[in-house]
Amino acid sequence: MNFKGKDIISIKDFSKKEIDYILEYAKKMVPYAKGEKYTDALKGKILSSLFFEPSTRTRLSFESSMNRLGGRSIGFADPSATSQKKGESLADTIRMADAYSDIIVIRHPQEGAARLAAEFSEAPVLNAGDGAGHHPTQCLLDLFTIFTEKKHIGKNNIVLLGDLKYGRTVHSLAYALALYGAELTFVSPASLKMPKEVVEECNELGIEPIQTSILDKAVKDADVLYVTRIQKERFPDAEEYNKVVGSYKIDNKLLSTTKQKLIIMHPLPRVTEIDPEVDYTNHALYFKQAFNGIPVRMALLSLVSGGLL
Amino acid sequence: MKKELKIPRIKNGTVIDHITAGNAIKVLHILGIPKTSTFVVSVAMNVKSRMGKKDIVKVENREIDPKEVDKIALIAPKATINIIRDYEVAEKYLVKLPDEIIGIVSCSNPTCVSNSREPVKSRFKVICKDPLRIICYYCEREPEDISERII
Ligand SMILES: Nc1ncnc2c1ncn2[C@@H]1O[C@H](COP(=O)(O)OP(=O)(O)OP(=O)(O)O)[C@@H](O)[C@H]1O
Ligand SMILES: [Mg+2]
Ligand SMILES: [Zn+2]
Repeated sequence: MNFKGKDIISIKDFSKKEIDYILEYAKKMVPYAKGEKYTDALKGKILSSLFFEPSTRTRLSFESSMNRLGGRSIGFADPSATSQKKGESLADTIRMADAYSDIIVIRHPQEGAARLAAEFSEAPVLNAGDGAGHHPTQCLLDLFTIFTEKKHIGKNNIVLLGDLKYGRTVHSLAYALALYGAELTFVSPASLKMPKEVVEECNELGIEPIQTSILDKAVKDADVLYVTRIQKERFPDAEEYNKVVGSYKIDNKLLSTTKQKLIIMHPLPRVTEIDPEVDYTNHALYFKQAFNGIPVRMALLSLVSGGLL
Repeated sequence: MKKELKIPRIKNGTVIDHITAGNAIKVLHILGIPKTSTFVVSVAMNVKSRMGKKDIVKVENREIDPKEVDKIALIAPKATINIIRDYEVAEKYLVKLPDEIIGIVSCSNPTCVSNSREPVKSRFKVICKDPLRIICYYCEREPEDISERII
């Protein structure tokens, strides 16, 4: 399989075979990601890291990944310091970055920005989030986490919890999990249900997700519980918000009713949805999941630039 | 005369036939008529035909360019374009929806990158021809009222 020069814009651009290949390759990156082994696979290569919107985790992990591969990164984390502020088009900024570097990673507040960037760049473009659109590297690291913990992705009973309406990560994740044939349950307050189109996509892949607002029952037979943050702004009043947040709180009491091997994931940052007492249990996978951003992004940088291990 | 014509015969020009009943005015708008043209145009609406009702537009002395034909397909998928020369139908095209619709419909998503000042045309993929459904190449949203979003 050859990914050299390929853009990574949406998880939907990839077949299951291609995703499998990326995940297997990411596994090989783990010792390098941990600093146990060293590589110069991307020596002399430059990554443009263009963050038109703030992000800590994604940006740091991309830049760290590039460094771990022996490459370097340039770019900005604050668009107010760039010529975009002077009215330069995104297309022109991308043409520059293309001239100055070998790979471009972009986070932008407008949907479709990464797709547009790819049109103006010879260098491969990696989408690090385009508004309410896609965030494929997050999706891949989530899949990688399930894959490495459970040895396979399908054949799991997976619960997606929280803001399923606006949460951008859960839409592509639901699609990808359905692609692998996982059993899905969507738990959310009625006002933050999974969009109809996402449910239909799952149906087209032969998966009939269960939709409910009650967590306790859904989590009983779950192998994976994927928790997302519910934002206060989504609710008309504080009382309603507190009620929902209270009923979806993950703590040791709830975990005493679940499978021993249930893993809990969260794209982070978390606020109050997972009690810190859970951090010390074997269920807590969210910190490892955040680390997994490194081997997965290393794998992608290596594959698209052709600087292989 | 073999057939009865609702509108007088024209010597040269274009007849757009089999327009979805009620959409003749939108077809005129897409063609930039009457604003940017001084051609004589006649319109017949709700004309009875084999397949129920239809609208017909006749433009004198103007041969419609196939590029405009694509646009018409968005609102009148069954329309035919008949080029009339010396009173006879010299050419006939069936309007055909292209797989991609470029620069014709604007995206309904205000935060879509195609709606900002970027040097790109709007671009949609046709995901279903009947009933017509399109999605934005950039933001992947599906505009609801396509005929209202024609640029
Ligand atoms: N000289 C003309 N002036 C005005 N209208 C014309 C002229 N010649 C043909 N038409 C109209 O153009 C359309 C197409 O003409 P044509 O003779 O191809 O009819 P048809 O055989 O019914 O075709 P179709 O199967 O496309 O309906 C008809 O609506 C006809 O009335
Ligand atoms: Mg006829
Ligand atoms: Zn759009």
